[in-house]
Amino acid sequence: MLDLSIVTGHWDLFLQGLMHTVLASVLALVGSFLLGTLVAVLRLAPILACRWVGTAFVEFFRNIPLLLVVYLFYLGVTSLGVPLDGFQAGTLGLTIYTAAYIAEAVRAGIQSIPRGQTEAARASGLTYGQAMRLVVLPQALTVVIPPLCNQFLNLIKNSSVLGVVAGLDLMYFGDKVESITLATFDTYIFVGLLYLLLTLPLSYASRALERRLGQSR
Amino acid sequence: MDLPLGFQDAYAPANLRFLAEGLLVTLGVSVLAIAFSFVLGCLVGIVRYARVPVAARLLGIGVELIRNLPLLLLIFFTRFALPEIGIRMSVFWCAVTALTVFEAAMISEIVRGGLRSVDKGQIEAARASGLTYTQCLRHIILPQALRRMVPPTVSQFISLIKDTSLAVIISLPELMHHAKILTGVRYDFVIPVLLAVAVMYFAVNYLLSLVAKKLETREPERA
Repeated sequence: MLDLSIVTGHWDLFLQGLMHTVLASVLALVGSFLLGTLVAVLRLAPILACRWVGTAFVEFFRNIPLLLVVYLFYLGVTSLGVPLDGFQAGTLGLTIYTAAYIAEAVRAGIQSIPRGQTEAARASGLTYGQAMRLVVLPQALTVVIPPLCNQFLNLIKNSSVLGVVAGLDLMYFGDKVESITLATFDTYIFVGLLYLLLTLPLSYASRALERRLGQSR
Repeated sequence: MDLPLGFQDAYAPANLRFLAEGLLVTLGVSVLAIAFSFVLGCLVGIVRYARVPVAARLLGIGVELIRNLPLLLLIFFTRFALPEIGIRMSVFWCAVTALTVFEAAMISEIVRGGLRSVDKGQIEAARASGLTYTQCLRHIILPQALRRMVPPTVSQFISLIKDTSLAVIISLPELMHHAKILTGVRYDFVIPVLLAVAVMYFAVNYLLSLVAKKLETREPERA
């Protein structure tokens, strides 16, 4: 039987970890959504150099491990004299890494909007940036909501890499609790259950949303 | 122009060899986990698609739980928690096992999705023309489903290769672990080593994604 006193005796530590996991995921979601949208717009821009930068960003960060991106901040940036703690470095890494995936989702969203709309907007005197911001993006974003939900789910799971860089998340505090209780098996079963507490409802909600949006189209 | 000293020293032959050794372990773990998780994922996907009584339900719950847990936790658990209930493996096999279980859950969903994308009328037609359910699955459904599964499966394999880096927490001597050791040698090694490692991961994964694109274009969907 699982030893429930592990949770009841150390709920404050678990709660701290849980809060940091959620905080890192939410911050990274907002950041990567903004950055990802920017990259998507760059990838479709009418200027070759912009498209190059956008494509390079997406291809680079999608083909290297998340942990490496986190290390680039946690070890790399700090070695240049910029002080970053594990939580900051981890959240920045999550943001950049996830932005590459969100950029692809937003790009698909933008491409789902008929070209005629951009052309009409340009013809009526809007610049490319204005046409994107005022006409195309607001419509594209509804298409992007289901993949965004999915990315949020991934973020919660991926935020566990913060544990590798002492990032105060659920993995990190799980380790703390384990070092007090010395019951590795039971402690990590509880850590797993806490992750499921976050991810399972999200996963059901995102599937329901997908079904709903799928029907309305 | 000479490279800065940190770069020159970091890319000394001995260091590059050390990183290459790590890359070999990364590739070894990846190849084994890819092979095992593909077989396991296909089996689980087929059992769930065919709605085998009890087994399909149980596997469904298992897949749902594993997919919603962080892989890092599974790797850690396999190495440090399972020995408490008498299951002991070497670091290498811990990494292979955890990766296999996690990626198999992902692949089983791809397989199930691929199978379900094949029109139900085809099964009925095949059954009506006298094929058994297994024959119908093997000759009619699977070949079509497999072709549709190629792109998502390859991107899952790319994820798997990237995910092997999480085995640093159990000190598997793979690429990321060796990189971490080298960055600890000297302060100005950090950036050159991380860049070199990024190039290595990128090269492997980008090549794989190119192969996937080739496969896609070479096997056009027949109407």
